[in-house]
Amino acid sequence: MKDKTADGSYCLGIESTADDFSVGVSTFKGRILANIRSPYVPVEGGIHPREAARHHAEVASNVLKEAFSKSKIKPKNVSVVSFSQGPGLGPCLRTGATVARALASYLNVPLVGVNHCIAHVEIGKLKTGANDPVTLYVSGGNTIVSAFDSGRYRVFGETLDIALGNCLDVFAREAGLRQAEGKPFGAVVEDLAAKGKKFLPLPYSVKGMDISLSGLLTALTNLLKRREYTLEDLCYSLQETAFSMVTEVTERALAHTEKKEVLLTGGVAANKRLQSMVKAIAEEHDARFCVVPSEFAVDNGAMVAWTGVLAYTHGVVTPVDKSFVKLRWRLEEVEVPWVE
Amino acid sequence: MSRPLLIKKGAEASLYVADWHGRKVVMKCRLPKKYRPSSLDERIRTYRTIHEPQLMHEAKRAGVPTPTIFLVDVKNTIIVMEFIEGKQVKRLLAEVSASRRQLLCLKIGELVGKLHRCGIIHGDLTTSNMILSPDEKVFFVDFGLGEKTRELEARGVDLHLMKRALQSAHFRFAAECFDAVSKGYFRVLGCEVGKSVLDKVREIEKRGRYVSERREE
Repeated sequence: MKDKTADGSYCLGIESTADDFSVGVSTFKGRILANIRSPYVPVEGGIHPREAARHHAEVASNVLKEAFSKSKIKPKNVSVVSFSQGPGLGPCLRTGATVARALASYLNVPLVGVNHCIAHVEIGKLKTGANDPVTLYVSGGNTIVSAFDSGRYRVFGETLDIALGNCLDVFAREAGLRQAEGKPFGAVVEDLAAKGKKFLPLPYSVKGMDISLSGLLTALTNLLKRREYTLEDLCYSLQETAFSMVTEVTERALAHTEKKEVLLTGGVAANKRLQSMVKAIAEEHDARFCVVPSEFAVDNGAMVAWTGVLAYTHGVVTPVDKSFVKLRWRLEEVEVPWVE
Repeated sequence: MSRPLLIKKGAEASLYVADWHGRKVVMKCRLPKKYRPSSLDERIRTYRTIHEPQLMHEAKRAGVPTPTIFLVDVKNTIIVMEFIEGKQVKRLLAEVSASRRQLLCLKIGELVGKLHRCGIIHGDLTTSNMILSPDEKVFFVDFGLGEKTRELEARGVDLHLMKRALQSAHFRFAAECFDAVSKGYFRVLGCEVGKSVLDKVREIEKRGRYVSERREE
Protein backbone atom coordinates (compact mmCIF):
# COMPACT_ATOMS: atom_id res chain seq x y z
CA MET A 1 0.00 0.00 0.00
CA LYS A 2 1.26 3.46 -0.82
CA ASP A 3 2.00 6.05 1.82
CA LYS A 4 -1.32 7.71 2.41
CA THR A 5 -0.09 10.83 4.16
CA ALA A 6 2.32 11.99 1.50
CA ASP A 7 1.45 15.26 -0.22
CA GLY A 8 1.40 13.73 -3.65
CA SER A 9 -1.47 11.32 -2.94
CA TYR A 10 -4.53 11.38 -5.12
CA CYS A 11 -7.98 9.88 -5.07
CA LEU A 12 -9.93 9.39 -8.28
CA GLY A 13 -13.69 9.44 -7.76
CA ILE A 14 -16.39 8.12 -10.07
CA GLU A 15 -19.97 9.36 -9.90
CA SER A 16 -22.77 7.66 -11.81
CA THR A 17 -25.86 7.49 -9.61
CA ALA A 18 -28.27 9.04 -12.09
CA ASP A 19 -27.98 11.05 -15.29
CA ASP A 20 -24.39 12.22 -14.86
CA PHE A 21 -21.22 10.30 -15.44
CA SER A 22 -18.40 12.19 -13.83
CA VAL A 23 -14.81 11.67 -12.77
CA GLY A 24 -13.02 13.85 -10.25
CA VAL A 25 -9.51 13.92 -8.87
CA SER A 26 -8.72 15.20 -5.39
CA THR A 27 -5.45 15.41 -3.50
CA PHE A 28 -5.44 14.02 0.01
CA LYS A 29 -5.43 17.61 1.23
CA GLY A 30 -8.65 18.44 -0.59
CA ARG A 31 -7.38 20.21 -3.67
CA ILE A 32 -9.70 19.35 -6.56
CA LEU A 33 -7.54 18.87 -9.65
CA ALA A 34 -10.24 17.74 -12.05
CA ASN A 35 -14.00 17.44 -12.16
CA ILE A 36 -15.16 16.25 -15.58
CA ARG A 37 -18.89 15.70 -16.16
CA SER A 38 -20.83 14.17 -18.96
CA PRO A 39 -24.59 14.50 -18.47
CA TYR A 40 -27.05 12.26 -20.24
CA VAL A 41 -29.83 14.43 -21.69
CA PRO A 42 -32.89 12.42 -22.67
CA VAL A 43 -34.58 13.44 -25.93
CA GLU A 44 -37.89 13.34 -24.12
CA GLY A 45 -39.27 12.23 -20.76
CA GLY A 46 -37.29 11.56 -17.64
CA ILE A 47 -34.15 9.53 -17.09
CA HIS A 48 -34.47 6.05 -18.51
CA PRO A 49 -32.06 4.10 -16.28
CA ARG A 50 -30.92 1.74 -19.02
CA GLU A 51 -30.41 4.52 -21.54
CA ALA A 52 -28.50 6.58 -18.99
CA ALA A 53 -26.31 3.57 -18.13
CA ARG A 54 -25.61 3.07 -21.83
CA HIS A 55 -24.54 6.69 -22.07
CA HIS A 56 -22.25 6.25 -19.04
CA ALA A 57 -20.58 3.19 -20.55
CA GLU A 58 -20.05 5.02 -23.83
CA VAL A 59 -18.46 8.12 -22.34
CA ALA A 60 -16.57 6.51 -19.44
CA SER A 61 -13.20 6.12 -21.12
CA ASN A 62 -13.22 9.63 -22.56
CA VAL A 63 -14.25 11.22 -19.26
CA LEU A 64 -11.50 9.28 -17.48
CA LYS A 65 -8.96 10.33 -20.09
CA GLU A 66 -10.02 13.96 -19.76
CA ALA A 67 -9.82 13.80 -15.95
CA PHE A 68 -6.25 12.52 -16.19
CA SER A 69 -5.19 15.18 -18.64
CA LYS A 70 -6.93 17.99 -16.71
CA SER A 71 -5.42 16.94 -13.37
CA LYS A 72 -2.02 16.35 -14.98
CA ILE A 73 -1.56 13.14 -13.04
CA LYS A 74 -0.76 9.74 -14.45
CA PRO A 75 -2.79 6.63 -13.69
CA LYS A 76 0.12 5.26 -11.67
CA ASN A 77 -0.11 8.30 -9.34
CA VAL A 78 -3.59 7.33 -8.16
CA SER A 79 -3.50 6.06 -4.56
CA VAL A 80 -7.15 5.12 -4.21
CA VAL A 81 -10.24 4.84 -6.40
CA SER A 82 -13.63 5.79 -4.97
CA PHE A 83 -17.09 5.48 -6.48
CA SER A 84 -20.71 6.28 -5.64
CA GLN A 85 -21.99 3.00 -4.28
CA GLY A 86 -25.53 4.32 -3.77
CA PRO A 87 -28.25 5.43 -3.47
CA GLY A 88 -29.28 5.74 -7.09
CA LEU A 89 -30.48 4.00 -10.22
CA GLY A 90 -29.27 0.41 -10.48
CA PRO A 91 -27.98 0.26 -14.06
CA CYS A 92 -26.23 3.63 -13.69
CA LEU A 93 -24.61 2.71 -10.38
CA ARG A 94 -23.45 -0.62 -11.75
CA THR A 95 -21.76 1.01 -14.71
CA GLY A 96 -19.77 3.36 -12.48
CA ALA A 97 -18.94 0.55 -10.05
CA THR A 98 -17.67 -1.63 -12.88
CA VAL A 99 -15.37 1.13 -14.11
CA ALA A 100 -14.14 1.73 -10.55
CA ARG A 101 -13.45 -1.95 -9.84
CA ALA A 102 -11.64 -2.40 -13.13
CA LEU A 103 -9.49 0.67 -12.59
CA ALA A 104 -8.66 -0.18 -8.96
CA SER A 105 -7.65 -3.73 -9.77
CA TYR A 106 -5.66 -2.65 -12.85
CA LEU A 107 -3.78 -0.04 -10.81
CA ASN A 108 -3.64 -2.35 -7.81
CA VAL A 109 -4.96 0.32 -5.42
CA PRO A 110 -7.70 0.14 -2.79
CA LEU A 111 -11.35 0.74 -3.66
CA VAL A 112 -13.69 2.87 -1.54
CA GLY A 113 -17.47 2.85 -1.95
CA VAL A 114 -18.92 6.24 -1.04
CA ASN A 115 -22.47 7.22 -0.10
CA HIS A 116 -23.66 9.73 -2.69
CA CYS A 117 -25.62 11.86 -0.19
CA ILE A 118 -22.66 12.12 2.15
CA ALA A 119 -20.47 13.14 -0.78
CA HIS A 120 -22.81 16.10 -1.42
CA VAL A 121 -22.48 17.15 2.21
CA GLU A 122 -18.70 16.71 2.30
CA ILE A 123 -17.98 18.65 -0.89
CA GLY A 124 -20.17 21.45 0.48
CA LYS A 125 -18.17 21.51 3.68
CA LEU A 126 -14.86 21.43 1.78
CA LYS A 127 -15.79 24.23 -0.60
CA THR A 128 -17.41 26.55 1.95
CA GLY A 129 -15.29 25.83 5.00
CA ALA A 130 -18.38 24.79 6.96
CA ASN A 131 -17.49 22.70 9.98
CA ASP A 132 -20.66 21.39 11.61
CA PRO A 133 -23.67 22.59 9.61
CA VAL A 134 -27.33 21.78 9.36
CA THR A 135 -27.43 20.68 5.71
CA LEU A 136 -30.29 21.08 3.28
CA TYR A 137 -29.52 18.70 0.45
CA VAL A 138 -31.88 19.17 -2.47
CA SER A 139 -31.56 17.49 -5.84
CA GLY A 140 -33.48 15.54 -8.45
CA GLY A 141 -33.53 12.45 -6.27
CA ASN A 142 -33.15 13.73 -2.73
CA THR A 143 -34.56 16.24 -0.28
CA ILE A 144 -32.90 15.79 3.09
CA VAL A 145 -32.26 17.96 6.13
CA SER A 146 -29.40 16.46 8.10
CA ALA A 147 -26.87 17.26 10.77
CA PHE A 148 -24.01 15.38 12.38
CA ASP A 149 -24.53 13.76 15.76
CA SER A 150 -22.53 11.02 17.47
CA GLY A 151 -20.67 9.40 14.63
CA ARG A 152 -23.21 9.79 11.85
CA TYR A 153 -25.13 12.28 9.80
CA ARG A 154 -28.67 12.05 11.11
CA VAL A 155 -31.72 12.73 8.99
CA PHE A 156 -33.89 15.34 10.68
CA GLY A 157 -36.34 15.82 7.90
CA GLU A 158 -36.92 14.61 4.38
CA THR A 159 -39.54 14.37 1.71
CA LEU A 160 -42.24 11.79 2.32
CA ASP A 161 -42.77 11.33 -1.39
CA ILE A 162 -40.98 13.01 -4.31
CA ALA A 163 -37.77 15.06 -4.24
CA LEU A 164 -37.76 18.81 -4.76
CA GLY A 165 -35.77 18.61 -8.00
CA ASN A 166 -38.05 15.88 -9.24
CA CYS A 167 -41.09 18.06 -8.52
CA LEU A 168 -39.58 20.90 -10.59
CA ASP A 169 -38.54 18.53 -13.41
CA VAL A 170 -41.89 16.78 -13.73
CA PHE A 171 -43.76 20.08 -13.74
CA ALA A 172 -41.42 21.45 -16.40
CA ARG A 173 -41.99 18.39 -18.59
CA GLU A 174 -45.76 18.58 -18.07
CA ALA A 175 -45.57 22.20 -19.17
CA GLY A 176 -43.74 21.17 -22.33
CA LEU A 177 -40.54 22.98 -21.40
CA ARG A 178 -37.21 21.87 -22.80
CA GLN A 179 -33.94 21.42 -21.03
CA ALA A 180 -30.57 21.70 -22.68
CA GLU A 181 -27.04 20.81 -21.86
CA GLY A 182 -25.88 23.32 -19.28
CA LYS A 183 -29.44 24.43 -18.64
CA PRO A 184 -31.42 21.81 -16.74
CA PHE A 185 -35.16 22.07 -16.05
CA GLY A 186 -34.51 23.69 -12.69
CA ALA A 187 -32.78 26.62 -14.36
CA VAL A 188 -35.55 26.91 -16.97
CA VAL A 189 -38.19 27.05 -14.23
CA GLU A 190 -36.10 29.53 -12.25
CA ASP A 191 -35.89 31.93 -15.21
CA LEU A 192 -39.64 31.76 -15.82
CA ALA A 193 -40.40 32.14 -12.11
CA ALA A 194 -38.36 35.33 -12.01
CA LYS A 195 -40.91 36.85 -14.40
CA GLY A 196 -43.93 35.64 -12.42
CA LYS A 197 -46.03 38.19 -10.57
CA LYS A 198 -49.17 36.56 -9.27
CA PHE A 199 -48.88 34.20 -6.32
CA LEU A 200 -51.42 31.39 -6.49
CA PRO A 201 -52.41 29.55 -3.31
CA LEU A 202 -51.20 25.94 -3.52
CA PRO A 203 -51.07 22.99 -1.09
CA TYR A 204 -48.45 23.61 1.58
CA SER A 205 -47.59 20.40 3.37
CA VAL A 206 -45.18 20.36 6.30
CA LYS A 207 -45.43 17.36 8.61
CA GLY A 208 -43.15 17.80 11.57
CA MET A 209 -39.77 18.14 9.95
CA ASP A 210 -40.85 16.24 6.87
CA ILE A 211 -42.53 17.59 3.79
CA SER A 212 -44.75 16.24 1.06
CA LEU A 213 -44.57 17.60 -2.47
CA SER A 214 -46.80 15.29 -4.50
CA GLY A 215 -50.01 17.20 -3.67
CA LEU A 216 -48.39 20.43 -4.78
CA LEU A 217 -47.32 18.86 -8.06
CA THR A 218 -50.81 17.47 -8.73
CA ALA A 219 -52.42 20.83 -7.97
CA LEU A 220 -50.00 22.55 -10.34
CA THR A 221 -50.55 20.11 -13.17
CA ASN A 222 -54.30 20.61 -12.78
CA LEU A 223 -53.88 24.38 -12.93
CA LEU A 224 -51.68 23.98 -15.97
CA LYS A 225 -54.43 22.11 -17.82
CA ARG A 226 -56.95 24.85 -17.06
CA ARG A 227 -54.79 27.32 -18.96
CA GLU A 228 -56.00 30.22 -16.83
CA TYR A 229 -52.62 31.27 -15.55
CA THR A 230 -49.37 32.13 -17.23
CA LEU A 231 -46.54 29.67 -17.03
CA GLU A 232 -44.47 32.39 -15.34
CA ASP A 233 -47.00 32.71 -12.52
CA LEU A 234 -47.21 28.95 -12.12
CA CYS A 235 -43.42 28.58 -11.94
CA TYR A 236 -43.24 31.46 -9.51
CA SER A 237 -45.93 29.99 -7.25
CA LEU A 238 -44.38 26.53 -7.46
CA GLN A 239 -40.98 27.80 -6.39
CA GLU A 240 -42.27 30.06 -3.64
CA THR A 241 -44.44 27.31 -2.13
CA ALA A 242 -42.02 24.41 -2.43
CA PHE A 243 -39.00 26.44 -1.35
CA SER A 244 -40.91 27.85 1.63
CA MET A 245 -41.62 24.29 2.73
CA VAL A 246 -37.99 23.13 2.62
CA THR A 247 -36.87 26.40 4.21
CA GLU A 248 -39.36 25.98 7.04
CA VAL A 249 -38.15 22.46 7.87
CA THR A 250 -34.52 23.56 7.63
CA GLU A 251 -35.29 26.33 10.08
CA ARG A 252 -36.93 23.78 12.36
CA ALA A 253 -33.82 21.61 12.32
CA LEU A 254 -31.67 24.68 12.91
CA ALA A 255 -33.74 25.77 15.92
CA HIS A 256 -33.77 22.19 17.20
CA THR A 257 -30.03 21.49 16.89
CA GLU A 258 -28.88 25.06 17.61
CA LYS A 259 -26.01 24.65 15.15
CA LYS A 260 -24.24 27.74 13.88
CA GLU A 261 -23.97 26.97 10.16
CA VAL A 262 -26.44 26.17 7.41
CA LEU A 263 -25.20 24.45 4.28
CA LEU A 264 -27.18 24.32 1.06
CA THR A 265 -26.04 21.58 -1.30
CA GLY A 266 -27.23 19.41 -4.21
CA GLY A 267 -28.38 20.38 -7.70
CA VAL A 268 -31.26 22.65 -6.61
CA ALA A 269 -28.78 24.60 -4.44
CA ALA A 270 -27.85 26.47 -7.62
CA ASN A 271 -31.26 28.19 -7.49
CA LYS A 272 -30.81 31.82 -6.46
CA ARG A 273 -34.28 32.18 -5.00
CA LEU A 274 -33.80 29.14 -2.76
CA GLN A 275 -30.42 30.50 -1.73
CA SER A 276 -31.96 33.80 -0.65
CA MET A 277 -34.65 32.03 1.43
CA VAL A 278 -32.23 29.75 3.24
CA LYS A 279 -29.85 32.65 3.77
CA ALA A 280 -32.68 34.56 5.45
CA ILE A 281 -33.32 31.85 8.04
CA ALA A 282 -29.61 31.41 8.68
CA GLU A 283 -29.32 35.10 9.47
CA GLU A 284 -32.40 34.92 11.64
CA HIS A 285 -30.67 32.35 13.85
CA ASP A 286 -27.20 33.92 13.74
CA ALA A 287 -25.89 31.04 11.71
CA ARG A 288 -23.45 31.31 8.84
CA PHE A 289 -25.02 30.61 5.46
CA CYS A 290 -22.93 28.43 3.17
CA VAL A 291 -23.83 27.40 -0.35
CA VAL A 292 -21.88 24.98 -2.46
CA PRO A 293 -20.50 26.52 -5.71
CA SER A 294 -22.66 25.47 -8.65
CA GLU A 295 -19.94 23.32 -10.25
CA PHE A 296 -20.09 21.14 -7.15
CA ALA A 297 -23.83 21.47 -6.57
CA VAL A 298 -24.79 19.05 -9.32
CA ASP A 299 -23.71 15.41 -9.21
CA ASN A 300 -19.96 15.37 -9.71
CA GLY A 301 -16.94 13.12 -9.42
CA ALA A 302 -14.95 15.58 -7.31
CA MET A 303 -17.27 15.11 -4.36
CA VAL A 304 -16.85 11.35 -4.61
CA ALA A 305 -13.06 11.72 -4.85
CA TRP A 306 -12.93 13.98 -1.79
CA THR A 307 -15.22 11.77 0.29
CA GLY A 308 -13.07 8.84 -0.83
CA VAL A 309 -10.05 10.65 0.63
CA LEU A 310 -11.86 11.24 3.93
CA ALA A 311 -13.00 7.63 4.19
CA TYR A 312 -9.74 6.05 3.07
CA THR A 313 -7.54 8.14 5.37
CA HIS A 314 -9.79 7.03 8.23
CA GLY A 315 -9.40 3.38 7.49
CA VAL A 316 -12.46 2.75 5.31
CA VAL A 317 -11.87 0.52 2.29
CA THR A 318 -14.34 -1.57 0.30
CA PRO A 319 -13.09 -5.01 -0.74
CA VAL A 320 -14.16 -5.82 -4.29
CA ASP A 321 -16.36 -8.69 -3.13
CA LYS A 322 -18.26 -6.23 -0.90
CA SER A 323 -18.58 -3.54 -3.54
CA PHE A 324 -22.12 -4.35 -4.65
CA VAL A 325 -24.09 -1.21 -5.38
CA LYS A 326 -26.67 -0.19 -2.78
CA LEU A 327 -29.72 1.27 -4.48
CA ARG A 328 -31.36 2.35 -1.24
CA TRP A 329 -28.42 3.26 0.95
CA ARG A 330 -29.62 5.78 3.49
CA LEU A 331 -27.43 8.62 4.69
CA GLU A 332 -27.75 7.69 8.35
CA GLU A 333 -26.61 4.10 7.77
CA VAL A 334 -23.04 5.26 7.25
CA GLU A 335 -20.49 5.64 10.04
CA VAL A 336 -18.41 8.77 9.43
CA PRO A 337 -15.22 8.37 11.49
CA TRP A 338 -13.69 11.45 9.88
CA VAL A 339 -16.01 13.91 11.61
CA GLU A 340 -15.15 14.77 15.21
CA MET B 1 -46.09 44.28 33.51
CA SER B 2 -42.45 43.26 33.32
CA ARG B 3 -40.70 43.16 30.02
CA PRO B 4 -41.22 39.90 28.14
CA LEU B 5 -38.13 37.74 28.17
CA LEU B 6 -37.23 35.71 25.08
CA ILE B 7 -36.80 32.08 26.16
CA LYS B 8 -36.79 30.27 22.86
CA LYS B 9 -36.42 31.41 19.34
CA GLY B 10 -38.06 28.56 17.55
CA ALA B 11 -38.35 28.04 13.85
CA GLU B 12 -41.93 29.07 13.67
CA ALA B 13 -42.41 31.35 16.61
CA SER B 14 -40.56 33.15 19.34
CA LEU B 15 -41.50 32.24 22.88
CA TYR B 16 -41.44 34.91 25.57
CA VAL B 17 -42.01 34.55 29.28
CA ALA B 18 -43.98 37.45 30.65
CA ASP B 19 -46.06 38.55 33.56
CA TRP B 20 -49.67 38.87 32.48
CA HIS B 21 -52.10 40.19 35.07
CA GLY B 22 -50.04 38.61 37.81
CA ARG B 23 -49.63 35.28 36.06
CA LYS B 24 -46.48 33.86 34.61
CA VAL B 25 -47.30 33.25 30.98
CA VAL B 26 -45.73 32.21 27.71
CA MET B 27 -46.37 34.45 24.75
CA LYS B 28 -46.03 32.59 21.51
CA CYS B 29 -45.45 35.11 18.76
CA ARG B 30 -45.50 33.99 15.17
CA LEU B 31 -43.44 36.68 13.56
CA PRO B 32 -43.61 37.32 9.83
CA LYS B 33 -41.20 35.26 7.79
CA LYS B 34 -39.69 37.50 5.19
CA TYR B 35 -38.41 34.66 3.08
CA ARG B 36 -41.84 33.64 1.84
CA PRO B 37 -44.47 35.63 -0.05
CA SER B 38 -46.52 37.75 2.36
CA SER B 39 -49.85 36.23 1.35
CA LEU B 40 -48.55 32.70 1.98
CA ASP B 41 -46.90 33.85 5.19
CA GLU B 42 -50.09 35.42 6.53
CA ARG B 43 -52.13 32.39 5.54
CA ILE B 44 -49.82 30.04 7.43
CA ARG B 45 -49.44 32.20 10.53
CA THR B 46 -53.13 33.03 10.86
CA TYR B 47 -54.19 29.44 10.29
CA ARG B 48 -51.81 28.08 12.88
CA THR B 49 -52.63 30.80 15.44
CA ILE B 50 -56.32 29.94 15.23
CA HIS B 51 -55.97 26.17 15.13
CA GLU B 52 -53.33 25.66 17.76
CA PRO B 53 -55.39 26.92 20.74
CA GLN B 54 -58.45 25.02 19.53
CA LEU B 55 -56.50 21.79 19.41
CA MET B 56 -54.86 22.46 22.77
CA HIS B 57 -58.25 22.99 24.31
CA GLU B 58 -59.63 19.81 22.84
CA ALA B 59 -56.53 17.91 23.90
CA LYS B 60 -57.20 18.97 27.46
CA ARG B 61 -60.71 17.60 27.19
CA ALA B 62 -59.27 14.38 25.85
CA GLY B 63 -57.26 14.06 29.05
CA VAL B 64 -53.93 15.30 27.73
CA PRO B 65 -52.34 18.07 29.80
CA THR B 66 -51.72 21.23 27.78
CA PRO B 67 -51.08 24.81 28.87
CA THR B 68 -54.26 26.82 29.46
CA ILE B 69 -54.89 29.43 26.81
CA PHE B 70 -55.49 32.95 28.09
CA LEU B 71 -55.58 35.04 24.96
CA VAL B 72 -55.53 34.58 21.22
CA ASP B 73 -54.59 37.63 19.20
CA VAL B 74 -55.26 36.59 15.62
CA LYS B 75 -54.37 39.94 14.12
CA ASN B 76 -50.88 39.95 15.61
CA THR B 77 -50.64 36.14 15.56
CA ILE B 78 -49.88 35.90 19.28
CA ILE B 79 -51.08 33.26 21.73
CA VAL B 80 -50.82 33.89 25.47
CA MET B 81 -50.80 30.72 27.53
CA GLU B 82 -49.94 29.29 30.92
CA PHE B 83 -46.24 28.82 31.70
CA ILE B 84 -45.52 25.19 32.57
CA GLU B 85 -42.79 24.62 35.11
CA GLY B 86 -40.86 21.48 34.39
CA LYS B 87 -38.30 19.85 32.20
CA GLN B 88 -38.28 19.08 28.50
CA VAL B 89 -38.61 15.35 27.91
CA LYS B 90 -35.85 15.74 25.29
CA ARG B 91 -33.37 16.60 28.04
CA LEU B 92 -34.79 14.10 30.53
CA LEU B 93 -34.61 10.93 28.44
CA ALA B 94 -30.84 10.84 28.46
CA GLU B 95 -30.55 11.59 32.17
CA VAL B 96 -32.97 9.20 33.80
CA SER B 97 -32.69 5.48 34.56
CA ALA B 98 -33.83 2.89 32.05
CA SER B 99 -36.91 1.95 34.07
CA ARG B 100 -37.95 5.58 34.47
CA ARG B 101 -37.41 6.14 30.77
CA GLN B 102 -39.65 3.17 30.13
CA LEU B 103 -42.43 4.59 32.32
CA LEU B 104 -42.13 8.03 30.77
CA CYS B 105 -42.44 6.64 27.25
CA LEU B 106 -45.35 4.46 28.30
CA LYS B 107 -47.12 7.55 29.60
CA ILE B 108 -46.34 9.46 26.40
CA GLY B 109 -47.78 6.58 24.38
CA GLU B 110 -50.98 6.69 26.43
CA LEU B 111 -51.28 10.43 25.90
CA VAL B 112 -50.80 10.10 22.14
CA GLY B 113 -53.46 7.38 22.26
CA LYS B 114 -55.84 9.72 24.06
CA LEU B 115 -55.28 12.41 21.45
CA HIS B 116 -55.91 10.03 18.58
CA ARG B 117 -58.96 8.54 20.29
CA CYS B 118 -60.50 12.01 20.25
CA GLY B 119 -59.57 12.66 16.64
CA ILE B 120 -56.65 14.97 17.39
CA ILE B 121 -53.38 14.73 15.47
CA HIS B 122 -50.51 16.57 17.11
CA GLY B 123 -48.46 16.94 13.94
CA ASP B 124 -45.05 17.41 15.53
CA LEU B 125 -44.55 14.77 18.19
CA THR B 126 -40.96 15.39 19.19
CA THR B 127 -39.61 15.08 22.71
CA SER B 128 -38.85 18.80 22.72
CA ASN B 129 -42.60 19.40 22.57
CA MET B 130 -43.24 17.51 25.80
CA ILE B 131 -42.68 18.87 29.30
CA LEU B 132 -42.64 16.84 32.49
CA SER B 133 -44.07 18.94 35.33
CA PRO B 134 -42.98 18.53 38.97
CA ASP B 135 -46.27 16.71 39.73
CA GLU B 136 -45.34 14.08 37.10
CA LYS B 137 -47.71 15.17 34.38
CA VAL B 138 -46.51 15.22 30.80
CA PHE B 139 -47.69 18.39 29.06
CA PHE B 140 -47.90 18.46 25.28
CA VAL B 141 -47.15 21.77 23.61
CA ASP B 142 -46.82 23.15 20.09
CA PHE B 143 -49.92 22.00 18.25
CA GLY B 144 -49.18 24.39 15.38
CA LEU B 145 -48.98 21.59 12.82
CA GLY B 146 -51.89 19.63 14.27
CA GLU B 147 -55.22 18.77 12.72
CA LYS B 148 -58.57 17.19 13.52
CA THR B 149 -58.99 13.87 11.81
CA ARG B 150 -59.55 10.21 12.56
CA GLU B 151 -57.87 8.99 9.41
CA LEU B 152 -55.54 6.06 9.81
CA GLU B 153 -53.00 7.75 7.54
CA ALA B 154 -52.77 10.84 9.76
CA ARG B 155 -52.43 8.72 12.90
CA GLY B 156 -49.72 6.70 11.22
CA VAL B 157 -47.79 9.81 10.16
CA ASP B 158 -48.09 11.19 13.71
CA LEU B 159 -46.54 8.08 15.26
CA HIS B 160 -44.01 7.83 12.44
CA LEU B 161 -42.83 11.34 13.30
CA MET B 162 -42.55 10.36 16.95
CA LYS B 163 -40.42 7.39 15.98
CA ARG B 164 -38.26 9.51 13.72
CA ALA B 165 -37.79 12.13 16.43
CA LEU B 166 -36.63 9.41 18.83
CA GLN B 167 -34.23 8.07 16.22
CA SER B 168 -32.65 11.42 15.44
CA ALA B 169 -32.47 12.83 18.97
CA HIS B 170 -32.20 9.67 21.11
CA PHE B 171 -30.85 7.04 18.74
CA ARG B 172 -29.21 5.03 21.54
CA PHE B 173 -32.52 4.05 23.10
CA ALA B 174 -34.88 4.91 20.27
CA ALA B 175 -36.06 1.31 19.86
CA GLU B 176 -36.87 0.65 23.52
CA CYS B 177 -38.53 4.07 23.81
CA PHE B 178 -40.73 3.50 20.79
CA ASP B 179 -41.68 0.06 22.06
CA ALA B 180 -42.85 1.63 25.31
CA VAL B 181 -44.69 4.38 23.43
CA SER B 182 -46.47 1.71 21.37
CA LYS B 183 -47.39 -0.22 24.50
CA GLY B 184 -48.99 2.86 26.05
CA TYR B 185 -50.73 3.63 22.79
CA PHE B 186 -52.18 0.09 22.66
CA ARG B 187 -53.44 0.43 26.24
CA VAL B 188 -55.63 3.33 25.27
CA LEU B 189 -56.74 2.43 21.77
CA GLY B 190 -56.86 -1.32 22.12
CA CYS B 191 -54.94 -3.94 20.25
CA GLU B 192 -56.93 -3.88 17.05
CA VAL B 193 -56.70 -0.14 16.38
CA GLY B 194 -53.17 0.00 17.77
CA LYS B 195 -52.01 -2.72 15.44
CA SER B 196 -53.60 -1.13 12.39
CA VAL B 197 -51.84 2.17 13.18
CA LEU B 198 -48.48 0.46 13.70
CA ASP B 199 -48.95 -1.41 10.42
CA LYS B 200 -49.57 1.97 8.83
CA VAL B 201 -46.36 3.31 10.37
CA ARG B 202 -44.47 0.46 8.74
CA GLU B 203 -46.19 1.13 5.45
CA ILE B 204 -45.23 4.83 5.68
CA GLU B 205 -41.64 3.89 6.46
CA LYS B 206 -41.53 1.67 3.41
CA ARG B 207 -42.89 4.48 1.31
CA GLY B 208 -39.88 6.53 2.36
CA ARG B 209 -36.82 6.79 0.25
CA TYR B 210 -34.14 4.13 0.19
CA VAL B 211 -35.79 1.73 2.59
CA SER B 212 -34.25 -1.71 2.47
CA GLU B 213 -37.50 -3.63 3.23
CA ARG B 214 -38.82 -2.47 -0.10
CA ARG B 215 -36.22 -4.60 -1.88
CA GLU B 216 -38.23 -7.72 -1.21
CA GLU B 217 -41.32 -6.47 -2.95
